[in-house]
Amino acid sequence: MSNGYFGEFGGAFIPEILHETFQRLTRAYTEARQDPEFWASYVRLMENYSGRPTPLTYAENLSRRYQRRIYIKREDLNQTGAHKANNVMGQGLLMQRMGKRRVIAETGAGQHGMATATMAARMGFECVIYMGAQDVERQRSNVFWMERLGATVVPVTSGAQTLKDAVNEALRDWVGSMDATHYLLGTACGAHPFPEMVSWFQSIIGLEARQQILTAEGRLPTHVYACVGGGSNAMGIFQGFLDDLPVQLIGVEAGGAGLATGRHAARLASGSSAIGVAQGYKTFFLQNADGQMLDTHSVAAGLDYVGVSPILAHLHTTGRVRFAAATDVEVVAALQELMQAEGLIPALESSHAVAQALKELPELPSDAVVIINLSGRGDKDIFTIADALDDPGWRRFIRRKAESYSQCEKE
Amino acid sequence: MSQLMPALEPYIRQRRAQREAHGQAPILLMSHLVLGYPSLAVNQETIAAMAAAGVELVELQIPFSEPIADGPVIAQANQLALDQGFRVEEGLEFAAACVQRHPEVAFLLMTYSNILMAYGVERFIERAAQMGIRGLIVPDWPPQEAGQPMALCQAQTALDWIQLFTPTSTDVRLQTIGRWARGFCYCVARKGVTGGRTDFDADLRHFLQRCRQVTDKPLAVGFGVRTSADVQTLTPLAEIAVVGTAALEIQRTAGAVAVGAFFQKLRG
Ligand SMILES: Cc1ncc(COP(=O)(O)O)c(C=O)c1O
Repeated sequence: MSNGYFGEFGGAFIPEILHETFQRLTRAYTEARQDPEFWASYVRLMENYSGRPTPLTYAENLSRRYQRRIYIKREDLNQTGAHKANNVMGQGLLMQRMGKRRVIAETGAGQHGMATATMAARMGFECVIYMGAQDVERQRSNVFWMERLGATVVPVTSGAQTLKDAVNEALRDWVGSMDATHYLLGTACGAHPFPEMVSWFQSIIGLEARQQILTAEGRLPTHVYACVGGGSNAMGIFQGFLDDLPVQLIGVEAGGAGLATGRHAARLASGSSAIGVAQGYKTFFLQNADGQMLDTHSVAAGLDYVGVSPILAHLHTTGRVRFAAATDVEVVAALQELMQAEGLIPALESSHAVAQALKELPELPSDAVVIINLSGRGDKDIFTIADALDDPGWRRFIRRKAESYSQCEKE
Repeated sequence: MSQLMPALEPYIRQRRAQREAHGQAPILLMSHLVLGYPSLAVNQETIAAMAAAGVELVELQIPFSEPIADGPVIAQANQLALDQGFRVEEGLEFAAACVQRHPEVAFLLMTYSNILMAYGVERFIERAAQMGIRGLIVPDWPPQEAGQPMALCQAQTALDWIQLFTPTSTDVRLQTIGRWARGFCYCVARKGVTGGRTDFDADLRHFLQRCRQVTDKPLAVGFGVRTSADVQTLTPLAEIAVVGTAALEIQRTAGAVAVGAFFQKLRG
């Protein structure tokens, strides 16, 4: 546990009105962390509710094709189809400990919002999800599920109407509601203790993966790949290997339309970000010379964010983790390759890790053992992926569906 | 310029004494506006109207893309100013011109920490002091993180780093903040962001009493001050009433001249 700083990154740059709330949260988290029964209850819940431990699948066909041993950590098999479930259930247990009855969260594509809504349903909490108005329009299927699960989805019309603005709006809610409300931040960002706390819950990925690879291979991996939005799934798996210096850890950011175009979300790999403070913490942000945050772009909504975990910023500075970027085009190709070779349907976010691994595999030593963290599954994002693949059959289907609805409405 | 002006605290005491000598309610008014919203030209008219109406302190907010402590009205004003191409440099030049044009008014800059960091914290504070800005209000830079800018302000003769007291602060926390207080203390009247409703009730009185116990600096009360009744309630309780969102709404619906009339009437 830390004082909230990782090198020069992190901290708690929060309005004074939230000072006590963060103090109380930090105390509750610290106590939970020192209580072995808390972690044990978390693991039991994840086994029973989310199918943990998730398998470490040997990718037989890709391994044959690339002549390297390739394993895939199956976070896609979690409840709601992504690693987000780990963090959400962990913070849910913490809310029970703190006696809070209302949960608020930000969401970009809707994955974290949906995971939060399932947790709230199961634990009996009132749930409000802040989502950029643009994202509400683009991600109707996730909004549908959140609402059906009993959550209120609030479209955020301020700022650029995307993920960062949803974070701001959730913070504004919390500034007035902190007594009974917990803000369940979805990634390893934000003010202390969030980066550390979210990473702790996600460390279950790395703990399992380390055991599993030792069982399967009798040795540690040589390379571990994970995609990086805010950084929670990457922190999750990397923590299993951080002290094993020979294990190369590679974080893959959204290269978008290409780093040269400026339309990307590669805060670390692009070298074009600057250290600053926003949304409560200090890290590398994509910002202009005045310190205003820039618009980011990625085919994967979950990676489309201006900041990055302060812990990863520190690991970037120390060189322990290497950062790379995969472009939208590379990502869509990797998604198809993994689907057709292994029958796995990765989320667009996770496909970034796959894409970077596939790019590097031919250059790796022939005895390399590679783990790719498959942070989430893609079938629930059928609308986005069908668009990314430009699927003509799907488009015909949607058009016919729309026509049949207009018909109904006329009648 | 800055040499001619007293620092904030003596300025506040002087202006209150002058009002009392004229038989007026001693409470001072601090107004707030977002630079570049709707334009610097309108800002200039609005400030002139405020100054003519006798407003003693003006908070100039430098827009930021992530204004987490601001409510919808001010947050939207931040975004609109940025969408129209607002740059920090022109904002600072504008602020310098305001100080020159209205030497009887104390100007403060309000913004978020990243604006200072991107500009260079030391450079920003030196520039602000040189142009005669009297205080800095940075709501996402709490004192335990703000050692550097607080020390830099302290090294200036007439530029104060303003501390915030909030109703959720424990007595111990208020004491800690009180020890860092310079100029005046900004008391946030209620939970929540700017722009909502505030009840000026017993809870607020109790909170302000708690603030008094930890500092001898003047108290400014803000968040939800909208009417002359609010200001009247605050008169025996605080040295300064801060009016932000209410004035912005009037400026937006009725223009700069109406803002002047609004402030004129606030103290009865
Ligand atoms: C499947 C999946 N992977 C990755 C991410 C990125 O988040 P993080 O970097 O916190 O793992 C998201 C975010 O929504 C996601 O849904």
